[in-house]
Amino acid sequence: MSKIIDGLYYSESHEWVKVEGDIAVIGVTDYAQAEMGDITYVDAPAEGDEFGKGEEFGALESVKASSDMYCPISGEVVEVNQDVVDAPEKVNEDAYGAWIIKIKMSDPDELSALMDAAAYKALTDK
Amino acid sequence: MHSRHVALGALMSPFAGFDMPIRYSDITDEHLAVRKDVGVFDVSHMGEIFVCGPDAEKFINHIFTNDIRGYNPGKILYGMMLYPDGGVVDDLLVYREFTPDHFLLVVNASNIDKDYRHICECAAGYDVQIDNQSAVWGQVAVQGPRAEEVVTKVLGIDCAASLGFYEYCNSTWNGSRLIVSRTGYTGEDGFELYTTLEGTCEIWDKLIAAGVKPCGLGCRDTLRFEAGLPLYGDELSEEISPIMAGLGMFCKLDKEEFIGRDALAAQKAQGTAKKLVGIEIEDRAVPRAGYPVELEDGTQVGVVTTGYHSISLDKSICFALVDTKFSALDTPLWIRIRKKVFPGKVVKKRFYQTNYKK
Repeated sequence: MSKIIDGLYYSESHEWVKVEGDIAVIGVTDYAQAEMGDITYVDAPAEGDEFGKGEEFGALESVKASSDMYCPISGEVVEVNQDVVDAPEKVNEDAYGAWIIKIKMSDPDELSALMDAAAYKALTDK
Repeated sequence: MHSRHVALGALMSPFAGFDMPIRYSDITDEHLAVRKDVGVFDVSHMGEIFVCGPDAEKFINHIFTNDIRGYNPGKILYGMMLYPDGGVVDDLLVYREFTPDHFLLVVNASNIDKDYRHICECAAGYDVQIDNQSAVWGQVAVQGPRAEEVVTKVLGIDCAASLGFYEYCNSTWNGSRLIVSRTGYTGEDGFELYTTLEGTCEIWDKLIAAGVKPCGLGCRDTLRFEAGLPLYGDELSEEISPIMAGLGMFCKLDKEEFIGRDALAAQKAQGTAKKLVGIEIEDRAVPRAGYPVELEDGTQVGVVTTGYHSISLDKSICFALVDTKFSALDTPLWIRIRKKVFPGKVVKKRFYQTNYKK
C-alpha cells in the first residue's frame, strides 16, 4: 500500500506538487517509486529551464526501465535538488521528501486541474 | 510454476507467449545473489527439440555453425542456426546424447515454433526424426558460486560435482529423466536442470525452502549482458550475423558445409558494414536499446542494442551496433539519451570477468 499525503496535489503521471507561495515543489509519488524499483539515476533539468504543463522535464532510471517525468504545472525551474541527483535512492527511501525541482508557477490556476489526495488514492487503487 | 511465482510476490510480465516472473524482490538483490552466492531461475519456457536417426550428426552439422564432430557424449556445444544469407534463425545449445545418433537442441523460447519449422524444412533427404518436446520439459537454472553445493547437498544430485563447464549427465528425479547440465546464462558457474514439469516444481520448492533466492528474467538480462552474452533479437537476429556480433569463434568455417557458411566466409573476408561493440559512458545516465550512437558532430553511426547501469561494475555500459570504421577499442563515441548527449568510448564486450568452472 503506497503512501499518499493530504494537502498535496497529484498528477495522473504520478508527480506530486506542494505549494509554497508562488513556488511549486515537485517530486514523484510513493506509488511511482514502488512501481519502478531501485532508482539509479535522476535526469533533472537545469535552473532557468521553462516547462509548460504536461511537458516532459526529466526522467528517472531504474535498473530495467526509464520513466519520464512530466511537469504538472507551467513555470520556470528555480531550484534542482542536487542531493537527490547525487543520491537517487533517496526517491525510494522517501518519495515525498526527495523533491526533484522547484518551479516558479506562471499560472497557479492550473493547480485546480490536478487531483487531491483522495482522488489520487482512487486512481492508484484501481 | 505460475502459481509459485505469484505466491512469491513476483512482478509478472508476458514474454514469448509465457507469463514470466520479471522480479521477486528487486533486480539488484537478485543479481548480486547470483554473483556472490546462489540464485534459482525458472526457465521452463526454453525449447527442447530432440533429433535422432542415422543421419543425425550429419544433419545437425548441416544446420549448425559449430562442429559437433569429435565431441563425445555428455558434451554441449554453443552455436547458431543460420539462413543462407548469414542471418540468424536462433542461437542454441546442442547436447550429444549418450545414446548414439541422439541429440538435444535447446533453443530460445521466443523461437521454438520458428526453429522447429526451420529444422523440419532443412531435414529433407536426411534420415532423422525431429521431436519438439518443449511443452513437456521444465527447466530451472541454479547459478552462482554456491550452485554446486546447493545442487549436490540440497537436491542430492551427486553427479553434478564431476561435470566440467559445458558438460552434462543424466540422472532421474522421481523416476523421470533429469538432465544435469553445467551451463548457464549469467557469467557464473551453475547448472541447468531439465526434467518433467512436475519434477521442476518439486526441485523449485526444495530450493526455495532451503533459502535459495528466486531470480527473475530482469536480472537474467542484467547478468548475461555484463558477461558479454548476446540475446537473440537484440545482439543476434536475421539482420545481425554472428560475424557482426563478434561470435565467429562459434562458426567453424573450415567445415566443408553448413547453411550460411558461404555468406559468413564472405563477411569474414570482406568485413561487415556494422559491428557489435561495447560502449562505456562517463555519466550515470543509462543507454537503453534504440538510443542513437553518434560522433561528436551529431552524425549517427549506430544504435544501442542493450544497455544498463551495470550492477556489478557501477558503470553505464551498453552493446551497440555501429559502423565498422568506428568499432576499434577506445574510439570515442557519444550516446544520445533523451535530450542530452553523453561521451563514451568503445570497450570490450565482456564487461564482467566470468567465473566458469574450468
